[in-house]
This record gives sequence, C-alpha cells and structure tokens, in this order.
Amino acid sequence: MSLNCKDLLGLEHLDKKDLQLILESVKPFKSLFTRSVKKTPTLIGKTVVTLFYEPSTRTRTSFEIAAKRLSADVVNISVGASSVVKGESLIDTGKTLEAMKADYVIIRHSLSGAPEILARNLNASIINAGDGFHEHPTQGLLDLYTMYEKKKKIEGLNVLLVGDILHSRVAKSNIWALTKMGANVAVAGPPTLIPPKIESLGVKVYYDLDEAVKRADVVNILRIQLERQQENLFPSVREYVELYQLTKERLGNAKPNVLVMHPGPMNRGIEISSAVADSSNAVINEQVTNGIAVRMAVLYLLKPSKTANKKQAALN
Amino acid sequence: MRQLNDRLIWAVNVTFNGTVKMSLQIKNIRIVDPSQNKDFVGDLFAENGRIVSKLSSVPKTVIDGSGKIAVPGLIDVHSHLREPGQEGKETIKTGTFAAAKGGITSVLCMPNTKPVIDNAPTVEFILFKAQKEGVVNVFPIGCATKGSLGEEISEIGVLKKAGIVAVSDDGSPVSSSQIMRRTLEYAKMFKFPVISHSEDKELSKNGVMNEGKNSMILGLRAIPRQAEEVMVARDIMLAELTGGFLHIAHVSTAGSVELIRQAKKKGVNVTAETCPHYFTLTDDIVKLYDTNTKMNPPLREQIDIDAVKAGLSDGTIDCIATDHAPHMQEEKNKEFDIAPFGIIGFETMLSLVLNELVDKKVLTLSQAVEKMSVNPAKIFNLEGRGSLKDGSFADITVIDPEYSYRFTKESIVSKSKNSPFIDRTFKGGAVIVAVGGKIVYKAA
Amino acid sequence: MSEILLDAAAFDAAIKKVAKDIFNQNKNIADLAVVGVQNKGVLIAKRFLSELCKIAKVSQETVPFGILDITLYRDDLDDFGADMPLIKDTEIPFDISRKNIILVDDVLYTGRTARAALDVLTDFGRPKCIQLAVLVDRGHRELPIEARYAGVRKVIDGKVKVECKEVDGRDRVIIL
Repeated sequence: MSLNCKDLLGLEHLDKKDLQLILESVKPFKSLFTRSVKKTPTLIGKTVVTLFYEPSTRTRTSFEIAAKRLSADVVNISVGASSVVKGESLIDTGKTLEAMKADYVIIRHSLSGAPEILARNLNASIINAGDGFHEHPTQGLLDLYTMYEKKKKIEGLNVLLVGDILHSRVAKSNIWALTKMGANVAVAGPPTLIPPKIESLGVKVYYDLDEAVKRADVVNILRIQLERQQENLFPSVREYVELYQLTKERLGNAKPNVLVMHPGPMNRGIEISSAVADSSNAVINEQVTNGIAVRMAVLYLLKPSKTANKKQAALN
Repeated sequence: MRQLNDRLIWAVNVTFNGTVKMSLQIKNIRIVDPSQNKDFVGDLFAENGRIVSKLSSVPKTVIDGSGKIAVPGLIDVHSHLREPGQEGKETIKTGTFAAAKGGITSVLCMPNTKPVIDNAPTVEFILFKAQKEGVVNVFPIGCATKGSLGEEISEIGVLKKAGIVAVSDDGSPVSSSQIMRRTLEYAKMFKFPVISHSEDKELSKNGVMNEGKNSMILGLRAIPRQAEEVMVARDIMLAELTGGFLHIAHVSTAGSVELIRQAKKKGVNVTAETCPHYFTLTDDIVKLYDTNTKMNPPLREQIDIDAVKAGLSDGTIDCIATDHAPHMQEEKNKEFDIAPFGIIGFETMLSLVLNELVDKKVLTLSQAVEKMSVNPAKIFNLEGRGSLKDGSFADITVIDPEYSYRFTKESIVSKSKNSPFIDRTFKGGAVIVAVGGKIVYKAA
Repeated sequence: MSEILLDAAAFDAAIKKVAKDIFNQNKNIADLAVVGVQNKGVLIAKRFLSELCKIAKVSQETVPFGILDITLYRDDLDDFGADMPLIKDTEIPFDISRKNIILVDDVLYTGRTARAALDVLTDFGRPKCIQLAVLVDRGHRELPIEARYAGVRKVIDGKVKVECKEVDGRDRVIIL
C-alpha cells in the first residue's frame, strides 16, 4: 500500500482511495508520540531537506520533527524572499540538492507552481509545504485527519471555511480533500476574497457568516493577511472583525459540538476571538500534534523509489 | 537542426549571389491568390524580383510544383525580433530564418527593442541589418509614444520617413486616454494604423493567466477578459471620435470580437488581428505551470476560441499574426509568475492555420491567405506585396498540403524554443519560400 | 502441493508445550508480560497466554498483554518500491520496565522480524529480560537470534504457513 506517486504537490491529484490510505496510516504514527522513545528507524540514512522560500516556523518545525521521528537526517534551508527573483534559479538550487543526494525536498514557496518545477526536474520526492495561492496539501490532510479523528467520519460532514479563500492554499487543499471524501463544503467571506468559479468545485458560497455557521459541524478559520487591506480587498480590519470574526456569540448559533479549527498562526482578536480559540470546541492544538503524524505518514507512503510511478508523468 | 541551418545559409548565399539577374519558373502549381480572386493550376514566373506573366529568357531555376499550392508570401504583422538589445533571445538573422521556414516572407517587428524604436537611427539600423543578414523583408513598427512610456507622442513623421509602417507601444497599452486620442488623431496624416495593445494595466495587475476556473485551481493571479475588452472599447470610441486608423493587436476574447464587429458595422476605421494560439489553445494547458503557455493576453477558454473563429470567418478579424515573442530557456525555466510573457510563432503559424482553420472549415484556403497576406499588405500599405499579380514582388510561399511533420524542439531554427506546440504533429506547411524571386527556404 | 507440518491436534500440543516451558522457567508470573508480533504472532501469543494462565491458575487479565508491529523497524523498507507495507497497530498498554517479556511470533526464520521486534520493545523502555517464544522454528537464521521456546524445531526449505481458527477457520501449519 502506497501513494502511487513520487511527490505530493497537491490534493487535487489524489483520489478518495489515496486519502483513505493516508487517514488510516496516521494513527500508528500518532501512537508513537506517547512512548518514551518517539522515534522509529524507518527513514534511517535518508536525507530530508526543507527548502523554505517563505518564513514559516510552524510548518518547517512540524516537518522537521516528523522526519526526525522517522530517523531521517534533516537539513533546513531558508532562502530570502528577494532571492526568488534575483538569486539562483529554483531549478539550479534543486539540482544542487540532488547532487547532495537529498531523498526528499520539502518546499515552501511564495509562488504557485514552484514545487511542480522541482518535481519535474528532480528524482527526489518533492513535498509541497505550501506554494503561493495554490495548495498546502499536508495542512489539508492534517485538517482532514483532525475532523476524522473527532467526528469519526468525513462523509456528510458540513465543513465551513471562513475568511480569505482567494489567497488561501489551505482552503484549496481542504476543498479538494473534503469534497473527494464526501463532505459538504461551504466558504464564507467577503466577495472580494472569494475566488471566482469556486462553486465549480462543489462549494457553497456565503457572504453572511451568521447564516453560514448555523449548519456547520466544523468551522475552519483562515488567517487573514493584513496586507490584503492595502490591496483594497476589504475596507478596514475593524469592518472585517465586525463581519467575519468568529466570536462566542456567532458560535452560539452553531451546533453545540461544532469543531473550531485554525491552521495557525492565529490573529487573535481579528479572525477569531480569544474566547473561541480557547474554548472546548477548538481543536487547534490537536491540529498541530496531528500535523506531525500526518507528515510522518506522508513521508512513509511517498518513500522514494526507482520503481515509484510518477503520477505527474501521466498528466503530461 | 544543423542540416536545416546549412540549407538556410545556402539559401542566403543564393540570394546574394543571384542578385544581378534571376528568373524562376514554378510549373504545374495550384495558384491561390485572393488578391485577384484566382485559384487555378498553372505556371508561376518571376524575373528580377517581380512576378511576370512570361519570362524573357530560359529560366535559371525551374521547380515542379505538382500537388503544391503557391500563395502570395505570408506577411506577419506582429513580431518581436529582439534586435537591437536582446540578441540572446533572437536576432534579425535568426528571426528571419525562422520566419522563412514558416512560409513568411515579410515581418513587421514591434518597437519594444532596446533601445525602443522611437528614433530614426534605430529604424535605419534595423533596415540595414535586415538587408545585410535577413532572409525575409522586415518592416519596423515605431513607438506610438516616446520611449513607449505613454506620455508624449513620438516623432511619427520622422519615423515614417525612416521606414516604419505603423506605430504601437506593444507590450504596453497607451494607458492615458488623452494621449491615445492625440496619437490616433495625429497619425491620421500618415495613413497608417495605430496598433493598440489593448490592456487595462490596473485590471490585469500582477496577473499571469486568464481569470477563470483554472486560475482559481492553480492559485495564479489572473487577468480577466475585461482587462482587454475595456481597452478595445475605449480605443474604438477614440477612433470614432478622431476618425483615426486603429488596429487592434492580438484579439483573444469573445467580447473583443463582438466590440470590433459592432464598430465595423458602425463604420469605425478599425482592423484587427488574432494569433494562432488564440484559436487553438485554452487555458487548460496552463495546468502544469508550463511557462511556454504564458503569454499576454493569456490563453482564454473555449467560448473565446469559438468567437475568435467566428470573427475570422465573418471578416471581423482581418489578420492572423504570430506575436512571435522569443525568450531564452533560462528566462522561461522559472516560476510561472516570474517567467516572461510570450511564445515564438513564426514556424507554426501556417500549419496551425491550415490544421485548425482550413481543415476544420472555419476559413477557405483563400480566406486564410487573405488573413495572412492580402489584408496585412493592404492595412500596412505594403505596396506590391500580398499578391501574385504581374509586377508584384515575387514573394511566394509554396505550401505542400500533404507535408506531415512533427514540430520538435530540435527542429526550431529560432534562437529561442519557447513554444507550447513542441511535439505537435502537423499536416501541411511551407516547403518552398521565395522572397523577391529568390528561394530562401526549401524543406527537405 | 502442501505438506502438513502440524494438524489441529499437534498444533494444540505445541501450544501447550510452549506454555508449559514458559511456566517452568518463569515461576514468578507476576513479573511476566506477553507481547505478540503482528499479525499471526498476536493470535499465537493469545493462545500461549491462555494456556499459561490455565497452568498457573491465574486470571488472564493479571498478565499484561501487548501487540506490536515491526513495519517501521524493518531493515528492508527500501526493497518495497512503490508498494509499502501497511502499518498496523502497536499497543503496549503497560510499563515494560522490569518486566520479563515473552515476545511471541508464529514462525522464527531469518531472525530479522525478531530483531526489529526487539528494537520496538526497547524503544518502549528497559524490560528485565525478553524471551522469544514461537510456534515453529524453521531454521535458516541470518542473525544471531534464537528462540528460548518453540513448539516445533525443524529446518524447513519451503514456505511455512500458520493457520489459526480465528481467521482461517482451522488450526494447522502447512509447508507450501
């Protein structure tokens, strides 16, 4: 049992069977965390490189811990944002890592499609740790797993994503995974932050959060980037808070056992009130724990191999 | 590749060694010349660079044209030869080789070189280089505004004397409505078109592909159709206001086609061109972030392809041009956002027109030749071109409708290889190309 | 073309023999814990445990029982290519420190599974000792590992398949 691909670039290209396999593979990894020795020798002798063109302590740390718990050697590379345009080309950087015999390259990049470039040019397994506004597949998987763990199923679940859907790779990966698994996905946010044609993915669009929250079994709040205001996508933080902050009052309209999720890092008091973030409905810390187990499962299932089929190749 | 280049170099030598007296006879060939409404099988003669009805002596070159079609040499009204300034991408020499291979005998080159073509010496340099190293005719287009900055009208009169055939700030729009109005108004006296690169820079800001389902899925910043259409509408209104001669470059959307159709009905002095990729490809092929699918305007959707075809077929769109925009591999081999816009097109235009339009009965062969030769010659006042009638320049494109080939990367003679059509198989293409009666390209 | 190594009766006798041997060498049953290796080792471990408890006259609940999966500790993961083995549960719901662990697998062959299982166990803590018990020791060792207890010891060249009532409908061991 394996994912039939060398790389994990996005959840768009995984099917239900793949997602099911990942969900079922997470628990054994998670159970390692309660042991005194949380490590297994699974990836001993393998080299994992995290190549981050955007700062992200959380995701990088999560991948690093995941890889280390599988006994891989981990090297972290941070590249400044200015180097994207001025520095060494991504392909050349990738080729350098290849020459150093990296087995896995975990890439975070501010531009959509950057992991695709590496995947096409390298033999190493490429894992997308978030690219531009495209996808953040491991976040989508850990959100999926957290919902599955708490609600025991995905099919029929009403999941609401709130906030800046337009610029959110997390939203995109959530939508792919959840719709494939049979959940009902809705998004809520100002029209300027909802991408056109999102309905074509089988998603219901709400502009009114109070209305949207009523039916939800899960509310996944997205981080709002404050620079979006300068792009004139919403008039002010104050108005955003007024219309889209998940508050205790708004949560009061939801089902009592509604799960509140957030990919982090949170802007407390902006997209989510502290009271909600710290409430018993919130599973934000569990998401972090699950993130490591999910990433371990992905590293295990993508194990690079000469015989691994390249799903991407089939697309060409 | 080597062989092909050798052949071309040989062809150039023929051109230069044979300048004194040349004569050519192409026997038993189907001659399709929409400028004279002619389509018949016969012999085509050329002497001293011109088409003649009969030769004064025994021809120096005789070619059997059985099964092939001779048409007036193709004229590409929209290309970027990159010289001067960006010779790493293309030069006049390599660009005109590529054009010849694609059956194109004349190219109009856009002024966004380095320096831009807003001064007579640059025009003269290009014409000199073209004469020295080029294998097809080169007609420069001058800047509409100084430095193509969109702030002041360029010295169009001086540029025209130096040899330009139109003005444009292609690559950028003339964003100021007032400056565009003045340019259209001022250029009236030169009786040539102001070419509009129709793009509202605010609406297209940071965009790299068409706005739609695919841009949403790929997470790429998008350019809505309206970024083009708003400017097409504005420029049509300004042409109406001024009575100026407007030519709309690279029409890519259904809305633009409709705006131009209505403008023509109203009698506005407007013409338009589209490019092969806009009637062949949709933005579906962007899905692997292949930067060879990145151009401006971007690839649109099926409804746009259908509308562009309808516009070609009913005469709304007058010309088919390549927007040949070479970029080096190292520039294109980058993240989609960073890679430059543009694809090469000289070597694929004719085959795409034949396969996508003529074979699919969107246009007759005669109509296709109109769009690629007759109309361009008329719109840009290229006297003696776009026709095979007696006295015309002997610019001849010989098409073999049975010529099947795969367009491989290795076969590209342009200096750049940025084409989304690599590895596509074509049926029909140019096999012999003559410029001024001299054969400059002959397929193997 | 299979040959029966143990029929149901011989299977049962082998279980009883091993249970008795374990009891004889571990008089202090309070220090004992049993851990089965996924998959069939778990079923065999349960059999050993139940017989052992009968002999020792203690309730089965008094002896801690665990299961472990060696997948993540295999030394041949690189050979699987695109088809990685499915990871199964590991549950050691007791503190293994100072316990005498009876590690159980159905068949002892190269010794590599036992080696991996030892690594799993030591990652949980420091047991007093680990004793290996198997139903069949078929020889062909590739590592210096021996079973203290075995129902049958015989060098076998073919493939050995253990069938258990719980999943196969009958108890027997066949050579394929």
